[in-house]
Amino acid sequence: MKVKLHIWRQKNNKEKGKFETYELNNVLEDMSFLEMLDVLNEKLILEGKEPVAFDHDCREGICGACSLTINGIPHGPEKATTTCQLHMRKFKDGDEIWIEPFRAKAFPIIKDLVVDRSAFDRIIQAGGFISVNTGQAPEANSILVPKQNADNAMDAAQCIGCGACVAACPNGAAMLFVGAKVSHFAYLPQGQPERKLRVLKMVEQMQKEGFGNCSNLYECEAACPKEISVRFIALMNRDYLKASCSEEKLEVINNE
Amino acid sequence: MILDGKVPSGHITEKWDKHRFEMKLVSPANKRKYKILVIGTGLAGASAAASLAELGYQVEVFTYHDSPRRAHSIAAQGGINAAKNYPNDGDSIWRLFYDTVKGGDFRARESNVYRLAQVSNNIIDQCVAQGVPFAREYSGYLANRSFGGAQLSRTFYARGQTGQQLLLGAYSAMMRQVGLKNIILHTRTEMLDLVVINGIARGIVTRNLLTGKIESFVGDAVVLATGGYSNVFFLSTNAQACNVTATYRAYKRGAFFANPAFTQIHPTCIPQSGEHQSKLTLMSESLRNDGRVWVPKNPGDKRKPTDIPEEERDYFLERMYPSYGNLAPRDIASRAAKRVCDEGRGVGPTGNGVYLDFSDAIKRLGKKVIEERYGNLFEMYERITGDNPYETPMMIYPAPHYTMGGLWVDYNLMSNLPGLHVIGEANFSDHGANRLGASALMQGLADGYFILPYTIGHYFATTKLEKVTTDHPEFKKCEEEVKERINKIMSIKGKKTPTQFHRELGKIMWNYCGMSRNEEGLKKALDLVPQLREEFWNNLTVVGEEGDLNIVLEKALRVADFLEFAELMLWDALERNESCGGHFREEHQYPDGEAKRDDENFCHVAAWEYTGVGNKPIRHIEPLTFEYVPLTIRSYK
Ligand SMILES: Cc1cc2nc3c(=O)[nH]c(=O)nc-3n(C[C@H](O)[C@H](O)[C@H](O)COP(=O)(O)OP(=O)(O)OC[C@H]3O[C@@H](n4cnc5c(N)ncnc54)[C@H](O)[C@@H]3O)c2cc1C
Ligand code: SF4
Ligand code: FES
Repeated sequence: MKVKLHIWRQKNNKEKGKFETYELNNVLEDMSFLEMLDVLNEKLILEGKEPVAFDHDCREGICGACSLTINGIPHGPEKATTTCQLHMRKFKDGDEIWIEPFRAKAFPIIKDLVVDRSAFDRIIQAGGFISVNTGQAPEANSILVPKQNADNAMDAAQCIGCGACVAACPNGAAMLFVGAKVSHFAYLPQGQPERKLRVLKMVEQMQKEGFGNCSNLYECEAACPKEISVRFIALMNRDYLKASCSEEKLEVINNE
Repeated sequence: MILDGKVPSGHITEKWDKHRFEMKLVSPANKRKYKILVIGTGLAGASAAASLAELGYQVEVFTYHDSPRRAHSIAAQGGINAAKNYPNDGDSIWRLFYDTVKGGDFRARESNVYRLAQVSNNIIDQCVAQGVPFAREYSGYLANRSFGGAQLSRTFYARGQTGQQLLLGAYSAMMRQVGLKNIILHTRTEMLDLVVINGIARGIVTRNLLTGKIESFVGDAVVLATGGYSNVFFLSTNAQACNVTATYRAYKRGAFFANPAFTQIHPTCIPQSGEHQSKLTLMSESLRNDGRVWVPKNPGDKRKPTDIPEEERDYFLERMYPSYGNLAPRDIASRAAKRVCDEGRGVGPTGNGVYLDFSDAIKRLGKKVIEERYGNLFEMYERITGDNPYETPMMIYPAPHYTMGGLWVDYNLMSNLPGLHVIGEANFSDHGANRLGASALMQGLADGYFILPYTIGHYFATTKLEKVTTDHPEFKKCEEEVKERINKIMSIKGKKTPTQFHRELGKIMWNYCGMSRNEEGLKKALDLVPQLREEFWNNLTVVGEEGDLNIVLEKALRVADFLEFAELMLWDALERNESCGGHFREEHQYPDGEAKRDDENFCHVAAWEYTGVGNKPIRHIEPLTFEYVPLTIRSYK
């Protein structure tokens, strides 16, 4: 099949970008979306032109590297699917496809479709962990976790850190990503000792990074390839509120 | 040269304890004075970096990914083994040790394997404490399942995303140390060379993938945790960026590369659909717990699978290996699939496929249970192929997946180059000639959490290191060489892309050094690879600039190293004139097609020394002795 691609090209963070149009004639149904872009890139290289830069790696929907906004939707039209798992059978002959980077204030564009999502790492660094050193752990089965809690924790922990939630949010908020991590630990007994401190620190870092506020539009959940639920945002908000009037809050303030 | 693995004396069950006692310690105050460079943030790298920083060492970490969490370990699906014996089905450290040695077809170092089994239980404890949401029973206790090559349930899992959850555990432990300023993290930074000063590994040269800047970093030890090289086949289950550069460059600087021909072909991957294909997708081996593998009895049977009656199906794994059935180890299951396809009984458009059928399991357990166990895998399959595995059997075919070969290391995980430590898939490892399912995650974390943190201290405590900085002439020389290499690649201005060369190399390697190998084919490939390399250096095109994010240049540098490395792999496959595990030499098989080992001549590790591009490397050996698991024919019948 034939497709017409309008792709965002931007040399670097300083120069302005614009859409360029490319036509591809022999796209196969079985190709993944990124394989279709591979075909374009191979063609561009042979013509002596710079290929389109985009992030990707596992191509299995798990590493969270791929990050394209396709026809206005982060990760494209198929529900619960990353860009790399989207296949061309979801498109028709003659389709025009608009491809942009994940756009958000906290994700500066690096080049073409590549953005800087290191803000997510800094949020994790601020508190997205359980403070246990290697060697300190007790025997695994001495910590019992009701199956329901383990399942809930896993539902939240499935987040791949792709940032589609941020790109989908009109405010550029990172509530789903942060909510998922906060909830993952909040459901587990191991996560309790640091529960308040964690949410305070992660939210504080989130705000520092320039992510927007949540106005309950739920665009994040709709775009999330792992179907992370907005109920985790609610859980985080509750935890944050509780933590804000606790001893831990004082600790955070004193450490400022 | 006969290599010494420096295995401690004593009974195998006591070696590690004894060794830990005998190793010299670095006092807490002195640890701070040592800087360790860790390259790679997969399970091995992240767990090592976190543990070393917790101990008080200064750690600098490097990855070419934009975030450490994207390392290829994230993609592991099935699970991680440990000898907890929670199901009370007769497991023990000894049995895990025994299974791993036997599974590796007696080509691993016994003492290392025993230690791996010993620390396996600590790994589960550690991961649970970190909050890894392993599957649980209703009682709240941890759940287990069985996995290829084992007759009991010792695998821990987190749905179909075990690697992801374990990596996120190690990653968050590491990020905690980054936050505490005990680790300096360099993302989008690729190591392009190793710096060796007076025979000791002292640093690395890197390229910043965003700016092209070439930089040097100096340390008291270098730890490579850079993963495997399955992408030498172009099509594999590995992530796109996985490559051999870090370990190959270390080899070029004098580290020995062990058993490069030991590669694993995984039996359950989605078959190739066309030339455009960029990777092969693994369907977790755990599917073989409930799925039954079959092909039509008659060659050329083109009916829909659901129209083929029971008596005209050949459940070939159950037939050939009744005691393990569909759970036969990977190398065995892969070759059996190839054999039935070669007989013309393969299915799917290319004839290179076999069915993996869940209809019996769905009947027995109900759709809900199957969905709970494999739901996300089934969805993934449907997304890629357009078929619904609840209704029609999956189609699978073997694909390159894991590399048992890697840099040679001694019992302390140090290479023959002092100061260079190698962990995870990057070392030649404890899996011998074939790795059992769910044991790579175990090994990566064992190395990183529980072995290297002790052994590296011993290295510091027993080695006098001279003070060097990146102004040392060796650093400058190495930087110049890297720059020269890049300039050379940029200036060829030929007509073929790096991907085209990579794909061609992959075909050569798959055809002659893939699932089965023979002398004639290997010799032919030893002709073809240098020719392709020659063409690469004369006809490659790289567009864009060097001082910028340049995806073509990145790829070209990786392919350049694969083109040299491939030859090393071929030499190893040729010289290992026996079949063992994943290395199947057609000349050496039993009448029923099983691999025939030659213990008299090849019961050793082959560790290769670099002698120049295009020259035959020197083959050193480390003899293997099997005191505790007697050498036997590996039978799964
Ligand atoms: C699809 C799939 C499923 C699997 N499932 C299982 C399973 O269920 N159970 C199991 O036990 N095993 C499984 N495995 C195998 C297992 O995942 C890997 O062997 C293991 O994760 C490797 O971990 P590692 O830390 O050694 O390397 P990796 O996770 O590959 O990490 C390599 C790291 O090194 C970095 N790196 C590499 N080269 C450079 C360089 N030159 N410069 C800078 N950084 C560099 C990368 O950025 C990355 O951070 C699976 C493998 C695949 C492909
Ligand atoms: S919550 Fe969903 S969309 Fe957001 S980062 Fe995680 S996986 Fe991506
Ligand atoms: S490339 Fe890894 S999730 Fe898409």
